[in-house]
Amino acid sequence: MSTAKKKTGTKTLKGAKSGHDGRQLFSILEEGGHVAKGKDPKIPKDELIRLYRAMITTRIMEERALNLQRQGRIGFYVPCKGQEASHIGTAYALKDSDWVFPAYRQPGIMILRGAPMQQIVDEWYGNEGDICKGRQMPVHYSFRQIHFVSISSPIGTQMTQAVGAGMAAKYRKEDTVFMTYCGDGGTSENDFHCSLNFGGVYKAPVVFVVENNQWAISTPLETQTASETLASKAEAYGIPGVRVDGNDILAIYQVTKEAVDRARRGGGPTLIETLTYRVGPHSSSDDPSRYRDDAEVQSWMDKDPIERLKAYLKKKRWWSQEMEDEIRETARSEINAAIRNAEEKKPPSISSMFEDVYLEKTTQLVEQEDYLKSFGDNEANQIGEFPL
Amino acid sequence: MTEMTLLQAVNDALRTEMGRDDRVLVFGEDVGFNGGVFRATEGLQKEFGEERCFDTPLSECGIIGTAIGMALYGLRPVPEIQFMDFIYPAFDQIVSEAAKMRYRSGGEYTCPMVIRTPCGGGIRGGHYHSQSAEAYFCHTPGLKVVYPSTPSDVKGLLISSIRDEDPVIFLEPKRIYRSMKGEVPEGEYTVPLGKGRTVREGRDCTIVAWGAMVDVCEKAAVELATKGKEVEIIDPRTLVPLDESLILDSVRKTGRLVVVSEAPRTGGFAGEIAAIVAEKAIGSLEGPIIRVTGFDVPFPYTLEGVYMPDPRRVVRGVEDSFNW
Repeated sequence: MSTAKKKTGTKTLKGAKSGHDGRQLFSILEEGGHVAKGKDPKIPKDELIRLYRAMITTRIMEERALNLQRQGRIGFYVPCKGQEASHIGTAYALKDSDWVFPAYRQPGIMILRGAPMQQIVDEWYGNEGDICKGRQMPVHYSFRQIHFVSISSPIGTQMTQAVGAGMAAKYRKEDTVFMTYCGDGGTSENDFHCSLNFGGVYKAPVVFVVENNQWAISTPLETQTASETLASKAEAYGIPGVRVDGNDILAIYQVTKEAVDRARRGGGPTLIETLTYRVGPHSSSDDPSRYRDDAEVQSWMDKDPIERLKAYLKKKRWWSQEMEDEIRETARSEINAAIRNAEEKKPPSISSMFEDVYLEKTTQLVEQEDYLKSFGDNEANQIGEFPL
Repeated sequence: MTEMTLLQAVNDALRTEMGRDDRVLVFGEDVGFNGGVFRATEGLQKEFGEERCFDTPLSECGIIGTAIGMALYGLRPVPEIQFMDFIYPAFDQIVSEAAKMRYRSGGEYTCPMVIRTPCGGGIRGGHYHSQSAEAYFCHTPGLKVVYPSTPSDVKGLLISSIRDEDPVIFLEPKRIYRSMKGEVPEGEYTVPLGKGRTVREGRDCTIVAWGAMVDVCEKAAVELATKGKEVEIIDPRTLVPLDESLILDSVRKTGRLVVVSEAPRTGGFAGEIAAIVAEKAIGSLEGPIIRVTGFDVPFPYTLEGVYMPDPRRVVRGVEDSFNW
């Protein structure tokens, strides 16, 4: 694999052609759905409503998931409330054939890309219908059909993998683009730095999205980094970095589209910092009232990304109460049906536990499976509860 | 004596040592202001200040690498890795650096530090919040590996680990963090590293287990007693250094050995104990050495209850040591 021939000079570090850089916050949507003259990315009505629907569906899905967790019907959940625009808006700039290497807080991408709700919900239950065969905790999805790569809990590991996939596409002379995500906490991990470095060196067709929701569990951004902004970290790796209002889906789409186009043209990776806020807890086991003020949370709820897009739709006269009701009702009924079905399904079989370790079971695995089956019961004995 | 949970015993040990020795620093992800995701470090920042108990950026490698530096400069760092499953970004620092520092410098430089980390399954944590990965560290010369099973041992062993001159991997079985309570001595209570504990005496079969598995074996022992078999349970407490003589003496008495470990079977520490007994006490064995372990699969979510060794499987293991 050859390294990039051209040196990335400081001129290109300014990044996107609209002139934003890693230190200034780019936004489009203003108060009341206004858009400054010449800044509207002019996303067609149907497409905007599709985005609006994906954001609302994600929000409703998560409200149900957290309730299920509280009722003890699923074991765990990681909500993304407040960050819907950040990941849906970035992923929207991709083609369907492009790949996503997600972290664990981007469920809206599955919704946007049309993952079946039943399979999402089956994963929460870890039942026999779950694509991952009940092997992973809730929210650790894998959806090959929509090019959404299997999620792990360790932080940032997916980012270097996205670069490698980008190198592979380049080697095969295919124009697939790879988008990968992490949070502000993820920027401290080795993999984040390796991915930016390799991405820059090999000019991989990758877009790195850092969803800066300002809290890594209880650790605030100021403990995470001494950098002025997260996007500015790109500069040291010789790639463009842009910082965008993470609750402004128009701005997010605009900067991401430029990054995706650049990656597809062979211009290499871009780091996009979406400035947003984790309105909810880190996970169903976290109590954020222990470490942050309600006033701070409230100030971000006032910048809710769904409400901001709604104001814009209203301004365009593209919103109606009937449409809103239909979107919400469709989402609710789809999710409720999926939950009903999921709860009727059985746990995965004992045999399934020994499958997929390798393509073929080793002698030892065959023996271990026989041993376990000799106990005769196939019940999944649930023990303990997840405390984080 | 005060009744404490395992978690409270961790907290008590840290507070005791921080109060006694200002070289002791506690840090990691969420350990400061929030007191740790399990609350193991609750109140330490308030009591000892942000210089001595603090939150770090999200980087296990950073946490351990800086801890090594602190140890080299004369402090006694006690970094926390939030879950043992997240320790791998720091693996290089632990096995290449901390473990070898004394040896490679001819004893000039040392790394007296304790890496605390919750480990093991039983909390519905799936692949990445359940592993019991002690074998990787036992396999690395230069590291001590401590894996306690009761609140009083947690306190006594953690204090000894902090005072130890070598790097210690201190594994806390999170399944019994809150569920297990026990009397814990107050103040500077220590339990020496390398000295095991006879949990229950018996003449028919020796069971060796550590961490959360000790409790499982005690339950099995009650059932076995009703079947007329008195088992002796040995908790080595520390895997490195290992109290071999306690295990060997027990096996010489009972003539049988079952080793119980929740980690995957292949390459696990249960095999090490089996090998030691086979080498040094084969003449005393009246039946095969039996391992009751996790399976050679990544730790599963839904089926964790059948993955983890339970009393039923321990009972079968003991029976198998007789019926062969």
